[in-house]
Amino acid sequence: MSREQKAVERARKAFLTGRSKPLEHRIRQLKNLQRFLLEREKEIAEAIKKDLNKSEAGTQLYETLGLEGEIILAVKKLAEWVAPRPVEKNLLTISDTVYIQPEPLGVVLIIGAWNYPWAVTIQPLIGAIAAGNAAVVKPSEVCVHTAKVMEDLLPAYIDKELYPVVTGGVSETQELLRQRFDHVFYTGNSMVGKLVMEAAAKHLTPITLELGGKSPCYIDKNCDIPIACRRVTWGKYSNCGQTCIAPDYILCEPSIQGRVLEEIKKSIKAFYTEDPKTCPDYGRIINQRHFKRIMAMTEDSTIAIGGDSDESTCYIAPTVLKDVQVNSKVMQEEIFGPLLPILTVSGVDEAIDFINKGEKPLALYIFSPDDKVIKKVIAETSSGGVLANDCLVHYSVSALPFGGVGNSGMGSYHGKFSFDNLSHLRGCLIKQLKMEGVNDMRYPPHTAKKLFWARFFILKNPDLGFIGRMTLLTIIAVVAAMVLQRYLQ
Amino acid sequence: MITIHDILEYMQIAITQTDSADFMKIDICPKFESVLSEIQITLNDLYFAMENLRTWMQPEYNIGKNLATRMDDCFIRREPLGVVLIIGAWNYPLHLILLPLVAAIAAGNCAILKPSEICQATEQLLAELIPKYLSQDCYAVLCGGAEDTKSLLKNKFDHIFYTGSQVVARSILLAAAAHLTPVTLELGGKSPCFIYGHIDIQKAAKRLCWSKFFNTGQSCVAPDYVLCTAQTRDALLPALRETLQTFYGPDPGASPDMGRIVTPRHWRRLMDMLEKSKGKVVIGGESREEDKYIAPTVLVDVLESDALMQEEIFGPILPILTIESLDEGIDYINRQEKPLALYVFSDETSVVTTVLNNTSSGGFCGNDGIVHMALPGLPFGGVGASGMGSYHGRWGFETFSHRRGCMNRSWLLERVNVLRYPPYSDYNLGWLRWATTFKKNSWGGCSVM
Repeated sequence: MSREQKAVERARKAFLTGRSKPLEHRIRQLKNLQRFLLEREKEIAEAIKKDLNKSEAGTQLYETLGLEGEIILAVKKLAEWVAPRPVEKNLLTISDTVYIQPEPLGVVLIIGAWNYPWAVTIQPLIGAIAAGNAAVVKPSEVCVHTAKVMEDLLPAYIDKELYPVVTGGVSETQELLRQRFDHVFYTGNSMVGKLVMEAAAKHLTPITLELGGKSPCYIDKNCDIPIACRRVTWGKYSNCGQTCIAPDYILCEPSIQGRVLEEIKKSIKAFYTEDPKTCPDYGRIINQRHFKRIMAMTEDSTIAIGGDSDESTCYIAPTVLKDVQVNSKVMQEEIFGPLLPILTVSGVDEAIDFINKGEKPLALYIFSPDDKVIKKVIAETSSGGVLANDCLVHYSVSALPFGGVGNSGMGSYHGKFSFDNLSHLRGCLIKQLKMEGVNDMRYPPHTAKKLFWARFFILKNPDLGFIGRMTLLTIIAVVAAMVLQRYLQ
Repeated sequence: MITIHDILEYMQIAITQTDSADFMKIDICPKFESVLSEIQITLNDLYFAMENLRTWMQPEYNIGKNLATRMDDCFIRREPLGVVLIIGAWNYPLHLILLPLVAAIAAGNCAILKPSEICQATEQLLAELIPKYLSQDCYAVLCGGAEDTKSLLKNKFDHIFYTGSQVVARSILLAAAAHLTPVTLELGGKSPCFIYGHIDIQKAAKRLCWSKFFNTGQSCVAPDYVLCTAQTRDALLPALRETLQTFYGPDPGASPDMGRIVTPRHWRRLMDMLEKSKGKVVIGGESREEDKYIAPTVLVDVLESDALMQEEIFGPILPILTIESLDEGIDYINRQEKPLALYVFSDETSVVTTVLNNTSSGGFCGNDGIVHMALPGLPFGGVGASGMGSYHGRWGFETFSHRRGCMNRSWLLERVNVLRYPPYSDYNLGWLRWATTFKKNSWGGCSVM
């Protein structure tokens, strides 16, 4: 048996003991996870520094702060989320108990990504634990040091049989995907997303895919350009553009392109100094392969800001490309790097048409002082999520579902959505063996008369208060008695 | 959607011809089952959707916000996915196409319908009526067999809704993976039925018989087999005999209320299972090849290894497995794949609760069968091998919608934003942490960005 098979079997055995289900267990594990994030802050930051060259403050801000918030929310709300959820009834079931019971699915596989290794690997884990599942965690092998910290230190805080960390590369991931899971949660790119879905198909396993795409950013010429550009600069160059919801490209009217460039330049300087290469808050490209991929994209466009690079350190300066054409290299795939193309459009209608010609993106950004413009863009496009007048921050609102649509993914999570996504919502109807008179209508031998009554009772779904229900019950009992009498004659 | 209502009204009249041609049901009475299970359930869901659609379509504004996003607008919109493919099945050929269609239309999508080719009369009827009543640009019916479905699946859809078997479901998922298309699978399984503890055996027998032999057992949520103690079994059998006599008379084959198996091939499959079974036939067992008739049949002394226990029966054959304790029954169920439905007949609440808490299934019904499907408030769908996703009522609307999280930030509070911009400092981080941990009536929001 392979190492991966063993881990999955052990997790399943542990799940079958039932110990992941009680509320106290889930809350305890979540609190332990929180302790891990606080106590091991240093190890986490060091690993991230080695993997992604992120500063310590950057790590906390973008990786662990969000996780802590999610854990606090889950711990606070879990009793409510886990409770049976009442449901509307119809006349026939008026005296019955009807509700939806959330239940764990079983063993979940979580495949993380390298760009925010903690955020995108641990956040699904929070949902999995909250929903009462076991979970096999497969961190991205690209972040070698972070994966090691997860593998070595997590088992000291959370149940190592229920939530094993399995590290490894492509072949280990493939071996994991050969096993049977009750849900597979993948964050990454669409190419691998398709392969994950194919592997899951063999076991009829449901999946969540958090993919990406080219997230458009429309800047209305009437908006407050300095503020808009500052927010876009922050959204674009955080983590060196390696964010699934980074504004991929800008659409704006030619008349403001100059000002936009000016303001972005100012913001870059304010954030990362004159020489971003020496600034501790500016990151690096993850590896040489991606470095080459991104640099190749600049070949057929005009560089307006930045453009310098250093292959030995995988450094690419915060770069802006202007007057970009739709068929240029930089517009063919998600950039995932610090290149910001600006394409000019004649107005919001052309922008909408342009956006709709591409695949549905994970995020869509609109900067405009006019709510009507914002509403129009939202109504006439589709995307995973929408954020007006800022970048990235919709990610942090746990009450908003975070996920893609079409090529940008399927399923969503964050907050209660994580819990529901990784649960089975089981519809339950508990009847009594009384009121059989009413049921008589449905039994053979069938008559037209019976059909009439059966239709009458099934059709309506009243939403009454207690007194209303009792009154209706009395009426039904009387009617049923009358109907019965008729048949007995 | 009002036009779907018209279609259904028209179909109510036409249904006698279609279902009877397919299921050899003639006369007004069998119309009963078809009317209830095909027309009525769809009408029910349709009215429910029409009544509630405005509410469902409203953007959801009641979103909790954190400290810094209090000035902002956060809401969730439900948006259409695009073009959806609905593949129907043969056991309820009308409702398994039309109910998902109601949900797809409610959610604002266009739809391609692929009815089951096994029920040819219904397939023809849908192909004729849908273009007459619904916009031909938005909704199309495509008829054909397995090869045609394969070609259809090469196209990109925004959602695929399939009702049918696990084997075909796998190939549909594979085809969907190529386009990253989300899928809803309504499959089946062996739905167990516990009869345990203190119970009014007469009433239980009636409800069990009704659920089992409705549509000749060809329902995805029919109770597949019974688990009970020897004592209960001994009380159950005479009650079953009596009920069957009341329902269908002394010769169910002559009763107009007893249906038939859908095709000779399916009849053969069931007869094979019955022949190979090592259980003892105590009720029924008669059959007739000419009209694909199988009598309501009950077997006892059926073991886990029996031919009847290896796949979903989907016919009027009811095996009874004897257990000595509730735990034994629960262990047995948990060794199998998760079923689409699970039933428990018992007067004792503890029995119902114990089974509910220690098993998993798509849906659950205590002290009755099938009817949990008729409640539009309950999500109808499987889990594990019995399927993924759900529909009925609002659940159908949500299945065919994209839930888009939207946030409209204010231009103000840029000073607060400054905390998040580089150059990063511990001082700023400190303030951000404070704002994060300060929670006052907020539902969520993990960081002040």
